[in-house]
Amino acid sequence: MILCKVIGSIVSTIKLDSYRNKKIMLVRPISPDGKFKSGTMVAIDTVRAGEGDTVLVMSEGRSTMDILELKNREPLRSIIVGVVDRIDTISNQLRK
Amino acid sequence: MKLGRIQGKVWATAKDPKLNNCTLYILQPVDEDENPIGMAQVAVDTVSSREGDLVYWVGGAEATFPFPDRQIPSDVTIVGLVDRLDLKKL
Amino acid sequence: MELAKVEGTIVSTAKSEKLLGYKLLLLNLINPDMSSSNNYVVAVDAVGAGEGEVVIVVRGSSARQAEKLTNVPTDSSIVAIVDSVEFKGKVVFRKS
Repeated sequence: MILCKVIGSIVSTIKLDSYRNKKIMLVRPISPDGKFKSGTMVAIDTVRAGEGDTVLVMSEGRSTMDILELKNREPLRSIIVGVVDRIDTISNQLRK
Repeated sequence: MKLGRIQGKVWATAKDPKLNNCTLYILQPVDEDENPIGMAQVAVDTVSSREGDLVYWVGGAEATFPFPDRQIPSDVTIVGLVDRLDLKKL
Repeated sequence: MELAKVEGTIVSTAKSEKLLGYKLLLLNLINPDMSSSNNYVVAVDAVGAGEGEVVIVVRGSSARQAEKLTNVPTDSSIVAIVDSVEFKGKVVFRKS
């Protein structure tokens, strides 16, 4: 999983059935100090993440299938699996 | 599959039981001119390669399949030694 | 697999229920000379690693093959705690 920030959501009418009734978000990778990195992604949300939240994004098809409890493989890969409250370190410099 | 140069070795006692008896090497992926490609990786050896060897390796899900009896948690597995590269310079 | 240093623990309340009970660690990927690559990844721990330790992280679908993590949805797993690293003929790391 990688740390990302939710930068927006996508509204889409014409889409594959796999994407029906799913929240489609736009996420951008960040470093632990909150700086944006390149590689903006589209990700399905499962944890009610909102814009500005720091989230964990997983990109693995079989795991996405498990989380969404799908019976068959579908063309879905990137998925938001957690909202990060904080990062505990010994120095605790790397706060959310 | 890609080429790589073995640059070192990693020792780890506490590891996933499926990796027991696996040799772990530091492997730098390279192109045919030995230019490095990306970050150095930790690779599982299956062909008794040694440090300094030029090898070829497989990545992704296929890296878990070197042994018939078990799948291993590896995403970089060395699958062959390069004796010689015959290159035609175009 | 890649070498990485454990930098902290991710605290997340809103996370996928399939990930409940698994320790998520923030890893800084490092080069074999122990320098930071400034790339970060969050991984599920399969070996009881702690902060400050150098570990080996497996990414992609292979991450699901760790013995303790079969059927856990993950795209990155910690599969070993590194004792020592030899790089280009020199011992560059030894666990204290």
